[in-house]
Amino acid sequence: MSKPDIELQKFRTKRGKRLLNHLITTSLQYKLWIGFLLFLIVLGMFGYYRQLRYGLVVTAMRDYTSWGIYISNFVFFVAISLVGSLFSSILKLNKNLWARPLTRISEIIAVAAIICAAVIIIVDMGRPDRIFFVITHLRIQSPIIWDVIIISTYLVISILLLYISLLPDIALCRDRLTEIPNWKKKLYRITAINWHNHPKQIAMLRKVNKILAIAVLPVAFAIHTITSWLFATTWRPGWDSTNLGPYFVSGAFMAGAAVIIIAMYFVRKHLKLSKYITLNHFDKMGKLLVLLSLVYLYFNINEYLGPAFKMVGVEGEHITELFVGKYAPMYWFVQLGGLVLPIVLLFFKPLRKPLPILIISIFVVLGAWLKRFLIVIPSLQHPYLPIQGVDESYLHYNPTWEEWAITISSFAWLLLIITVLIKLFPVIPIKKYQQGSEIVFKQNIF
Amino acid sequence: MKNENSKNPTRRKFLKNISSGSALAVSGLAYFSVSSCKQVSDEKTTLLTTDGKLVQVSNSEIENLDHRHLPATREESRLGIPGKKFVMVVDLAKCKNAKKCIEACDHTHNLTPDRPYIKVLEMQDNEKSSPYWMPKKCFQCDNPPCVKVCPVGATYKRTDGIVLVDNERCIGCRFCMAACPYSARVFNWGKPPDQDESIPYSPETSLPSEIGTVGKCDFCPDMLRNNKLPHCVTSCPNGVIYFGDEIDDTVTNGEETVRLSTLLKEKAGYRYMEELGTEPRVYYLPPVDRLFPFEETTQENSES
Repeated sequence: MSKPDIELQKFRTKRGKRLLNHLITTSLQYKLWIGFLLFLIVLGMFGYYRQLRYGLVVTAMRDYTSWGIYISNFVFFVAISLVGSLFSSILKLNKNLWARPLTRISEIIAVAAIICAAVIIIVDMGRPDRIFFVITHLRIQSPIIWDVIIISTYLVISILLLYISLLPDIALCRDRLTEIPNWKKKLYRITAINWHNHPKQIAMLRKVNKILAIAVLPVAFAIHTITSWLFATTWRPGWDSTNLGPYFVSGAFMAGAAVIIIAMYFVRKHLKLSKYITLNHFDKMGKLLVLLSLVYLYFNINEYLGPAFKMVGVEGEHITELFVGKYAPMYWFVQLGGLVLPIVLLFFKPLRKPLPILIISIFVVLGAWLKRFLIVIPSLQHPYLPIQGVDESYLHYNPTWEEWAITISSFAWLLLIITVLIKLFPVIPIKKYQQGSEIVFKQNIF
Repeated sequence: MKNENSKNPTRRKFLKNISSGSALAVSGLAYFSVSSCKQVSDEKTTLLTTDGKLVQVSNSEIENLDHRHLPATREESRLGIPGKKFVMVVDLAKCKNAKKCIEACDHTHNLTPDRPYIKVLEMQDNEKSSPYWMPKKCFQCDNPPCVKVCPVGATYKRTDGIVLVDNERCIGCRFCMAACPYSARVFNWGKPPDQDESIPYSPETSLPSEIGTVGKCDFCPDMLRNNKLPHCVTSCPNGVIYFGDEIDDTVTNGEETVRLSTLLKEKAGYRYMEELGTEPRVYYLPPVDRLFPFEETTQENSES
């Protein structure tokens, strides 16, 4: 058994070494991290085994709170998957060149998040064995079917966006990385699908990339708007709102930007990429996060002001519960700690440095997750008719350990997919093609 | 009846099912006769067993078995009973929270008391008005939000106005539960309580219920097919619930039969939350001139 020797790998340039080094070296830290994630996943799978065996009765969901953290987690994953479109479409089409090194991270996160969203929704089903009924017996007027269609569309486009732009870099790995195990060589050989930097290939790639960049935008908006319609098409307080689409989409972009900042921080630190993910990136992302948060704040005010002013019936009960009731601590933590405070703090330049902005972003992401909890659960606890004549357990919702284990393991899955993709493929786009009509590419990057 | 020919095979199959069903009933009887001690009578009847033998069974061993006829198949259950538009009227002036409807319904549909199809709610419209009891079941809406959101057509509206759930189609997404503004639906979160799994499943009986699927009040279409009233109607000691056919314009609570239109006109019948546009098939008569004073659940009114 010949172990590939990392020292033997020759790099032509420092740039190549920096950007490809993480593909051929495996640190102990990495192994521990993977082990930790696998442990969480096993724990979640045990929870899911119990759920499959005994039914959804192992969760805290009951007839009134019939959707729980699985659904709020689903909405969260759909939300952060939108970040792919932010970078590979909005910033790219606007020619924000500074964002280029972040494109691939965002695309990887988008793919991982949308896969996890699709899986967690199956976990929520009472009869996962009948999953294919949504194809064989589909009824197109159901918003769930719209969601199934748009999620699969977005999944395909996200994978294409990631993969197509990866092609030249995979080919690079195939051609230049000599000291790697055979399975990796094989992987690069197959996935590079005969990419040879031929001018025709490059022209085609640029064209496809542009089409995808434009196509992903409406799909990204649609995916979260339709997810909001799962709620907006019902009569529940807090859901019965025409504001829900833009409210969800703007919240998604905010959460996604914060997720990118967190990812940037750890990728930069552990892959030693401070040359490529610079302080300037953190600064710019901080400003972008402020902008996106302000848009979300605007829709938040729209969402709550009307019902809070009128205080009609169950809508009023719902608002009371959020503002001063059972869910008030969580609500104000989310609105202040996860939205207002980050906006204010990020106005200051020193707080847009890596560590402070990391902490602020963690608060934003935590707030975003809890916000989805607040969107899904309290609404269900205020039906038009009073909750009477049922078991005591039907009145509250405190997720069980099985639900938490499954939810945490869904995050472990997300991080595992992201980690493995980053480990296998260059996380910063390496190949650069010059702009303009003449198609030239930088050959001597090694 | 233009599809007479194409319908014939189904009918033949149906008749075949009935005959095998009765054979099943007899074998069930033979089993029961061992365990039950009854007075022996001399009169005997000749019956055919499942293995084709003729046996003589004394008449005292024979009793009518309810629900032993085969219920409607899943396909038949989608159509509804021709020429009918079922409707229910609940007279709030008569309800004293006896909860007999709940008991009967739970018993028939194999439900546990913590998650009944029917609820009797304590309502009070405002602080000054007096509280009243409001029996609530599925409103069988003509514009049903649950049917609109179902992704697989597991819940559907029939020609006779009834909204049913097909437990063998339901994927357990619970969107219908979120969509129903009246919280009419219950979910089989865990394994249903012990039930006879041998009877074939029918959406009309909602039995045997399946884990991970949704259920709700179904207006007991299996009873309606046999020209009988739903269990909640017949079990009510106070004649609160009237049931009938909108086309015939008659409803009955088992004691008196009245004109639906007259009843609704004279007693100012209304539908709960008309403004939602769901067009319920359950009407309420306002709680005026009440027969009983309002009392919280006591031994007395739960016994009566």
